[in-house]
Amino acid sequence: MILHPSVLALVGSALLVGALLVYSAFWGARIVQSWDLSSGSELQLALERRTHLISTLLGYVLVFGLASLFLFVFTADSLAPLFTGAMCAAGSLHASRYGYPTLLLQIGGFALAAIWLIVNRADSLGYDYPLVRFKYRFLLALTPVLLAETALRAAYFLDLKPEVITSCCGSLFGSGGRGFGSDLAGLPPSLAGGVFVALLLGAIGAGMVFRISGRGGWLLGALSALSLPVGLAAVVSWLSPYVYELPTHHCPFCLLQGEYHWIGYPLYAALLGGSLTGAGVGVLMPFRSIPSLDVELPAYQRRLAGWSVALLTGLGLLVGWIVATSHLRTS
Amino acid sequence: MKRLHIPTWLERQRYLLDFTLSSLGRRKGKNLALTALYAMVVFGLASVLMYTQALRGEAMRILEGAPDVVVQRMVAGRHDLIPADRVERLSRIRGVQEARGRLWGYYYDASAKANLTFLVPEKFWGKAGEVVIGEGVARTRLAAPGEPFPVLASDGSVVILKVRETVPSPSELVSTDLVLLSEPDFRRLFGVPPDLYTDIALTVPNEKEVPMVAAKIRGQMPDSRPITRAEIARTYEAILDWRSGLVVLVLAAALLSFGIVAWDKASGLSADERREIGILKAIGWDTSEVLAVKAWEGAVISLSAFLVGLLLAYVHVFVTSAPLLTPVLKGWSTLYPSFRLTPTLNPFLVSTLFLLTVVPYTVATVVPAWRAATTDPDAVMRS
Repeated sequence: MILHPSVLALVGSALLVGALLVYSAFWGARIVQSWDLSSGSELQLALERRTHLISTLLGYVLVFGLASLFLFVFTADSLAPLFTGAMCAAGSLHASRYGYPTLLLQIGGFALAAIWLIVNRADSLGYDYPLVRFKYRFLLALTPVLLAETALRAAYFLDLKPEVITSCCGSLFGSGGRGFGSDLAGLPPSLAGGVFVALLLGAIGAGMVFRISGRGGWLLGALSALSLPVGLAAVVSWLSPYVYELPTHHCPFCLLQGEYHWIGYPLYAALLGGSLTGAGVGVLMPFRSIPSLDVELPAYQRRLAGWSVALLTGLGLLVGWIVATSHLRTS
Repeated sequence: MKRLHIPTWLERQRYLLDFTLSSLGRRKGKNLALTALYAMVVFGLASVLMYTQALRGEAMRILEGAPDVVVQRMVAGRHDLIPADRVERLSRIRGVQEARGRLWGYYYDASAKANLTFLVPEKFWGKAGEVVIGEGVARTRLAAPGEPFPVLASDGSVVILKVRETVPSPSELVSTDLVLLSEPDFRRLFGVPPDLYTDIALTVPNEKEVPMVAAKIRGQMPDSRPITRAEIARTYEAILDWRSGLVVLVLAAALLSFGIVAWDKASGLSADERREIGILKAIGWDTSEVLAVKAWEGAVISLSAFLVGLLLAYVHVFVTSAPLLTPVLKGWSTLYPSFRLTPTLNPFLVSTLFLLTVVPYTVATVVPAWRAATTDPDAVMRS
């Protein structure tokens, strides 16, 4: 265990957020069980009130999740000098077997919480709580993921022992090594880049079609949901060497450092925002036929699609700019 | 006829924020007291974080110039002088570009009541009999260039050296207690025989070879202790992290009590506030709108306390050099008066601080705020 202020902040806030989640899930289960809008019973009134609390809580969980996602990478980065051979977050995440699983769960949990909030917003558009059961079933599925992330995060920091020999990002994300990181780095860059650009263009196209005609929401949802993992893989195998101007350097974390003009922040923000709003459109597709939502929901989906198109276009321009201005030439 | 204007989401939030601000203004004393308390918590934590980050930055800047490997000789577990012939043996190890014997030591100066560091630099630019001294030495000994600098030698005699100049230094942290002198003067003062050095510094250009070189040295000279630069950096990191973590743990008690105060304040609504919420709901406000006002209230208090605390901590650490923290976090010799830290403020620090302060505050207030927002207007009116 490393007694670092950021470690304390991450573990402490994870425990608090975990407590909020357990509380929400408890009431979520009761709502799934005994929700009956036609009843005027005491219990139903109490449950209706709880829904307000739970959506507020989940909103905070999302904001704190985003803050701790960044802080987690920062902390891993600043712990790097404590491990022989680790030069950035890539090395200190590798110092414990819980490191990368924690990061992946954190990204997954963040994505699920964001989709939950989109569903929640859609639910509030209708007067009769049309999505309430779906929403709370979803919450019951989301809670274990986020709790597992909390547990893994604590386990990671407890497991860290300074002076463990780990790999620096050069060897971890270099194509000669073994493990998940180098599997990603070893993807043929042109393949990863090509698939990513194709997905991006497809999602932008589908988004525009959806925005204009209201058709193709499923396609938009699927393409943009796929563009998140593919995008992250493409950053590792294809895009990052352009940023570092080194064909062998594949680290996805050094992008967040000042030496590279903090380019990682707009990059990851646009990728997360664009793909999640697009995926939200797809998740909402089955509910278009609900009577109380038939006007409001398509309009809301169009707004989401607009955000998705805007963010993914921004991402595409940023990626294009990185590749065009880089001194790295692949052929 | 003019069409009814339906506010957009953004406009709605602006109106709600407006309402929140005027509502906070109606209970000025209570809210100011809470914000001040909150700001103090932020101030304490932010000071610790900024101070350790700045110290770490300073230490790392110094270490950049440190040798790649330092080889010491150990005798019965104690650091001892190292024979000069090992310089040659070490420089023959593959991967070592250069080996250099170093001479340095500490000298207790009774008149200044402080330990001075005597060091023979790689190329001393003065003449024999001259010294170059650090700012701190010049201050406590009141020695100016050209003046005599008497030193008590190890054989009991007083050697009078002459001050050539004070060290022109970018970082006072290293040079403040420093006395630079020539090799013959050093050997005469401390009685070090000509075939011995304090330790040996190695230059290893390829960082990846450092662990291998260190292992070879241990194999060839079992009584030696190679110390790599990464090990020194790691030790600094660990000590600073550990110390600041301890201080943060102590402050956690303050954080906890602050959380209790916030909880108490949020759940113990005054009759005034109850009536306000009751009236709002009676004139048609929705629970979600009252909740939005409560969320804005929290955001306004958090943000102002956060900014005030951060600003105060910045002034405390970088303008006044952290008088409240120095005894706990620094700890060094007595000759340690003034040095300005290089200001740093980065997203890392701000997000740590955010998770340490805003999260507990929000968690403590969200349930009471919701409880207040869902009270029925008739229940309030009747009470």
